[in-house]
Amino acid sequence: MTNTYEPVIGLEVHVELKTNSKMFCGCPADHFGKIPNTQTCPVCLGLPGALPVPNKRAIDWCIKLGLALNCTIPKESKFDRKNYFYPDLAKGYQISQYDKPLCVNGWMQINERKIRIRRVHQEEDTGKLQHTIVNNERLTLVDFNRCGVPLVEIVTDPDFHTIDEVDQYVKKLQRIIRYLDISNADMEKGSMRLEPSISVRPVGIVALPNYRVELKNINSFRFVRKAIEYEINRQSEMLDKKETIVQQTRGWNESKNVTLPQREKEEAHDYRYFPEPDIPPMQFTDEFVGSIRKQIPELPDEKKQRLMEKYTVSEGTAEILTQSIPLADYFEQMVAMSQISATVLANALVNQSVDIQHVRPEEFLDSINKKQEEKHVDSGLVMIAIETVLTSNLKAVEDYKKGKTTVLMYLVGMVKRELKGKGDATIIEQELKKRLV
Amino acid sequence: MTIKDAIHALQTKKFSSKELVQGCLDQIQKYDNHLHAFLTVDDKNALSGAENADSLLHQGIKKPLLGIPIALKDLFSTNQLRTTAGSKIIDNYIPPFDASVVTKLKDAGAIVIGKTNEDAWGHGSSGENTDYEPTRNPYDTTRVPGGSSSGAAVAVAAGMSLAGTGTDTGSSVRLPAAFCNLVGIKPTYGRVSRYGILSMASSFDTIGHMTKTVYDNALLSEVTAGFDTKDATTVDVPVPSYTQALGNKVRGIRIGIPKEYFEAQGMQKEIQETIQAAMKDFESLGIQFKEISLPHTSYAMACYYILVPSEVSSNLARYDGVRFGHSRNQFGAEAKRRIMLGTHALSAGYYDAFYKKAAQVRTCIKNDFEEAFKQVDVMMMPSSPTIPFKIGEKTSDPLSMYLSDIFLCPVNIAGIPGLSVPCGFVGTLPVGIQIVGPQFSEEQLYVLADAYEKINTWYTQVPNMKAI
Repeated sequence: MTNTYEPVIGLEVHVELKTNSKMFCGCPADHFGKIPNTQTCPVCLGLPGALPVPNKRAIDWCIKLGLALNCTIPKESKFDRKNYFYPDLAKGYQISQYDKPLCVNGWMQINERKIRIRRVHQEEDTGKLQHTIVNNERLTLVDFNRCGVPLVEIVTDPDFHTIDEVDQYVKKLQRIIRYLDISNADMEKGSMRLEPSISVRPVGIVALPNYRVELKNINSFRFVRKAIEYEINRQSEMLDKKETIVQQTRGWNESKNVTLPQREKEEAHDYRYFPEPDIPPMQFTDEFVGSIRKQIPELPDEKKQRLMEKYTVSEGTAEILTQSIPLADYFEQMVAMSQISATVLANALVNQSVDIQHVRPEEFLDSINKKQEEKHVDSGLVMIAIETVLTSNLKAVEDYKKGKTTVLMYLVGMVKRELKGKGDATIIEQELKKRLV
Repeated sequence: MTIKDAIHALQTKKFSSKELVQGCLDQIQKYDNHLHAFLTVDDKNALSGAENADSLLHQGIKKPLLGIPIALKDLFSTNQLRTTAGSKIIDNYIPPFDASVVTKLKDAGAIVIGKTNEDAWGHGSSGENTDYEPTRNPYDTTRVPGGSSSGAAVAVAAGMSLAGTGTDTGSSVRLPAAFCNLVGIKPTYGRVSRYGILSMASSFDTIGHMTKTVYDNALLSEVTAGFDTKDATTVDVPVPSYTQALGNKVRGIRIGIPKEYFEAQGMQKEIQETIQAAMKDFESLGIQFKEISLPHTSYAMACYYILVPSEVSSNLARYDGVRFGHSRNQFGAEAKRRIMLGTHALSAGYYDAFYKKAAQVRTCIKNDFEEAFKQVDVMMMPSSPTIPFKIGEKTSDPLSMYLSDIFLCPVNIAGIPGLSVPCGFVGTLPVGIQIVGPQFSEEQLYVLADAYEKINTWYTQVPNMKAI
């Protein structure tokens, strides 16, 4: 029955920036795997009297990401306080942005559609709770190393209607962020976190549903798909049964493969946002925004298009080659150094997983050349091998002639075995076909 | 004793810093059981600091405040020295760092003698909102010394320290200065770093101090003022030498008298008379008075008591008992009142009617002052509509307590500087007059106050300590 419904999905993505220092103090921002509470100071611990001073580089990077996502950069922006209590929130409020984010009204092209990006704003990460047992006592400990790490939030409109669109958006966003070199955007390590909001409506209805279910605790691409799929099915079944779906926050439970309710709407927070009085409002000139725009490298879509046009590689290959700037550069360096056609090089690079950090392009080219030499077999030898195979596989030859063309690949394999693995499969296939007419 | 005299005496070896500090400690020992100016006395470190200062003095090393004992309001974070904010919630909190201003004062050679009593978190005008014993006014111990920097004022007035630091969010330096016969500065917002000072209302808080004379006050401001990379709201404007400016000519300065302030209800006749006498003295210096108007004055208190509690409710959220301090139910009545008010004003559905509206009124009040300063150089008004009131007189009526700040709060709303200067007595009780100027006009305020002080040395009338 689910096919009578259409999902409506919006996405909030949080990305930790890899600046040297935290958002509002001088502590190192790289917190992953560090000894708990070794990267803290009065500011990120929220000690009485300590004050935040914004990290200029983080703000520059947030704007850079906004520009890469086709956002407008308003001339004025400010920080706000988001007030709520949680033991990992040192100050009792998070410094975030409310009504004047750094970047607004962007979009990302996904297939034939533009996914609207409502805003990209700057905030700070919280600490981390560790539920543990110390001396037989169940305790919750707080690690403040992550507290105050620069966090960028990217919010889309509810423009996704398929899981594939969400998947493509997230992967492309990750690629853009890595191109800008502003974050590792690693979901497993938590430097990129997703929160989809999902509702479903009967196909043909245009209005947005009057509820949405927010999903948390998703830490891999695989789980994004699974969690959304589960949620669409759950909600569709409820609609089939004429049940009312409540607005709530649910968490993905990866051991049970289900989403479970965390918070109802009635418990929703009133964050009591107000302008952060410790940080003056920010103003940006056109010159400044222009200077940030200049720092943006060729982005994945442009690069992909260029590789396809310039080197006539297929879209699929170009997609893989543009996974990262270093890989695309590697490919272009190989092309520049070699006589071999770009398509062959591209396929070689894509099919053989080369460790591009340790194998230099010229080394890899050498190995390709060598393999091509190894593969090469005298055409006379090929013909002899074909004759041998055909005479000892009469049944197969008969089958082929009766129209069972699938045996052709079997015969190719036999010839290759005769040649001890050498020889080009395409050429062997062509020769076989000629002989079998 | 003034700081100026003490510096001279230290340099001419009339006495040592150790003797000076010991004298202050003796005074504390003798009277503080009754006056309750201090919450923590750091006698050991103060004495060893004095010994160190003496050896530097002996080597001929010069620092602006070398060997001078000062008392810090207990909102100033002091490295390894208990800092309570006058509250019981963090009665065991020992900061691991010094506030920027404390570092500057220490670098200038000042010796921290102790941490002073206050209305908890700075919430109050009388000192009675402390979670400890209320501070008493040494000019009449049945009366309040003004707040919230109550202990720091009394420490100076009672000879327990040569200077007292305070914070001024609505009146908290200027009112105790007026009630204790001291000079008290509320600098321009952003002139002095707030880093390490426990925040009350971040967009109003300023860091000032109280001294006996204008010169002493100017000297401390030279040390504490200036840009700080740790406080994004400080402004990178050069700090003039305030002490060197003293003596500059005052003839021709135009002083505005805001008519709304003199029409205010509840102004005592004696205050009005004392202020008028002071104005005559200013006139004798060749100063012209002009009546001006600040039309939005009547909205100032309402605006203040929405915006300030809003910020307070957020700033006090970190005292959750998770990592330090005690549970939130130990907040005093006034702190609870402000947390409730502020939380309400910021809540969904109320924000537009309260916080947002008040922020708009704030802009109107700022504009009032800016307009007025096109016609006059500074303004003058009483520091308080009344003489120091009796302990307990206003505690049951928070609103009447709030109104003691009616002449002082608008200055914080506008972010401009105000200086309260002694201008006479009603009986044995001190009266203060406030001079207000445009942003970064502290120099002008000091010059004017200093000229007046030269013809009226009210500061020499010390409290009768024998009566305590």
